[in-house]
Amino acid sequence: MSFEPTTEPASATPALPGQKGRRALKTAGSFVWFVVTIALTFLGLLAITFFIGRVIPIDPVLAVVGDRATPAVYEAARIEMGLDRPLPVQFLDYVTDVLTGDFGMSVSTGRPVISDLARVFPATLEMATIGILMGIAIGVPMGVVAAARQGSWVDQTIRVFGLLGYSVPAFWLGLVGLAVFYARLRWASGPGRLDIFYDGLVPPVTGLMLVDTLIAGDYDIFWNALDHLILPASVLGFFSLAYIARMTRSFMLDQLSQEFVTTARVKGVPERVVIWRHAFYPIRIQLITVIGLSYAALLEGSVMVETVFSWPGIGNYLTTALLNADMNAVLGATLVIGAVFIFINKISDVLYRVLDPRAR
Amino acid sequence: MSRPLLDVQNLRVSFPTPHGRVEVVKGISFTVGRERLGIVGESGSGKSMTGRSVLKLIRAPGRVTADRLDFDGIDILSRSEKQMRAIRGARISMVMQDPKFSLNPVITVGDQIAEALKFHTRLPGSEIRARVLSMLEAVRINDPGRVAGLYPHEVSGGMGQRIMIAMMLIPEPDLLIADEPTSALDVSVQAQVLDIIDDLIRSKGMGLMLISHDLNLVARYCDRIVVMNAGEIVETCVASELHNATHPYTRGLLAAMPTIDESREELPVLDRASWGGT
Repeated sequence: MSFEPTTEPASATPALPGQKGRRALKTAGSFVWFVVTIALTFLGLLAITFFIGRVIPIDPVLAVVGDRATPAVYEAARIEMGLDRPLPVQFLDYVTDVLTGDFGMSVSTGRPVISDLARVFPATLEMATIGILMGIAIGVPMGVVAAARQGSWVDQTIRVFGLLGYSVPAFWLGLVGLAVFYARLRWASGPGRLDIFYDGLVPPVTGLMLVDTLIAGDYDIFWNALDHLILPASVLGFFSLAYIARMTRSFMLDQLSQEFVTTARVKGVPERVVIWRHAFYPIRIQLITVIGLSYAALLEGSVMVETVFSWPGIGNYLTTALLNADMNAVLGATLVIGAVFIFINKISDVLYRVLDPRAR
Repeated sequence: MSRPLLDVQNLRVSFPTPHGRVEVVKGISFTVGRERLGIVGESGSGKSMTGRSVLKLIRAPGRVTADRLDFDGIDILSRSEKQMRAIRGARISMVMQDPKFSLNPVITVGDQIAEALKFHTRLPGSEIRARVLSMLEAVRINDPGRVAGLYPHEVSGGMGQRIMIAMMLIPEPDLLIADEPTSALDVSVQAQVLDIIDDLIRSKGMGLMLISHDLNLVARYCDRIVVMNAGEIVETCVASELHNATHPYTRGLLAAMPTIDESREELPVLDRASWGGT
């Protein structure tokens, strides 16, 4: 049994005929607003990446033609690349290109940036998603338990664990992980996304190895992919776990000192219900923001972890592109990361509104 | 009445500080029957701590000791947390100061009231729902069906406190502790809320511990009054005899209150030296 929230606020009047239509209109209106804000934010992101691309002291023409080209060749390349036109025109062109999925060619891989991104982003997405799921599944209960037993040895252990998550370098943890679980114990597979003899056997559909192998119905490769994924994902997961556990703990401590928790105890509610229903229920809302941001950070691609595990992800791609002055690739990857941030922020916004009755 | 509902002898509550343990309640004794007892005192006099120790709500590192802390023959101090749960809500409950903070912001009012019943009875959902609605009516809420579905931020302070009262009285406890139940409310709704408490307490034959800093209010709604200062009881008297109080602290408090046909130029300041108080 539960008391469903009434849809109308305190000043409810008997339902009028036009009310349903008005509510539908309001929903549609907020949806339009939602789309408009996303579009505007994205445009802002495009403007920033574009101008960064023009401002940094890397000459895109030079990167293409090389420093031994004659002035005539240089000039021809410059005109071909459209760099002689006024900036606003170039920006407009850039926006049109991006919207049609044309991010230009990558100088270092010799392929369209968009197809490079379609290859590297799913690799990061897969690893980050498994990582954040581990972080949530372990970090949230850890934080709650630590807060519920504040000051006990459980709490102290969890806090030390959280401190490690902040202070241990990712590459070190990755290397130790490989040395222990791959080289010595042989529990996990080594670097890369698949064992070498499985490479290229699965037709890429989504780019997510776990999904693609399932689509292809090839369970051997599925397990192999999971085997390769679990170690780097755990390393990433450990960092998000530490952060999520710390934040959960401090949110919970704050809630547990609130009067309404005392109210619940006065009612004779079991402690388990006090903690999960009365204290944890309200902090889901704050946790979403924390988890969203930490997921976005993982999706940026951890260069350290990707390098240690030879993971062909976006962090690796972006770093390589930067070192090669491959501006199209850098801008493309930056755009993807920016878009991910916008997207995740918007999702948390929506969830916020769904979960918090005060924000509805 | 053979045995008082609550029998407190030499109750002490202390908290550790860097300078050693500090006692905030220093060995007080009182009894509450099925009557209305007012506990008055200024901030920090230990009145709230007294109320909370009766429910065993003072958590470590706070420490509660007493020669006797009996509720209806049950020794509260020897009860485990689990055994206390059967007493809290069901037999003793407490209305707190500000409904803005004492109601859970993300659970509907109806669900919060129902919860008080859910863990003490085995009633079916429909029965609980009916009880919740009738309880809301009992605290003079006109439209219980709608109010039960509201969230705390959607109700006013006065209504919030009535909801709190409904929540605390729905399992029909024997003793209600009201810890400054009206201090956060508008003056205009204070009387209304107290009238509701008074009504329900009398009709159900319960005991009430009304904790307040407001002497007039306590004198109006209680049968007996206990005056606390600095963790000690300085005076116990029948409410109607309050004006005959003898302790200098009580006298000082009474003297500091203006009356409508005031002739004094200046209200006296409490002279703490007169009883060696803090």
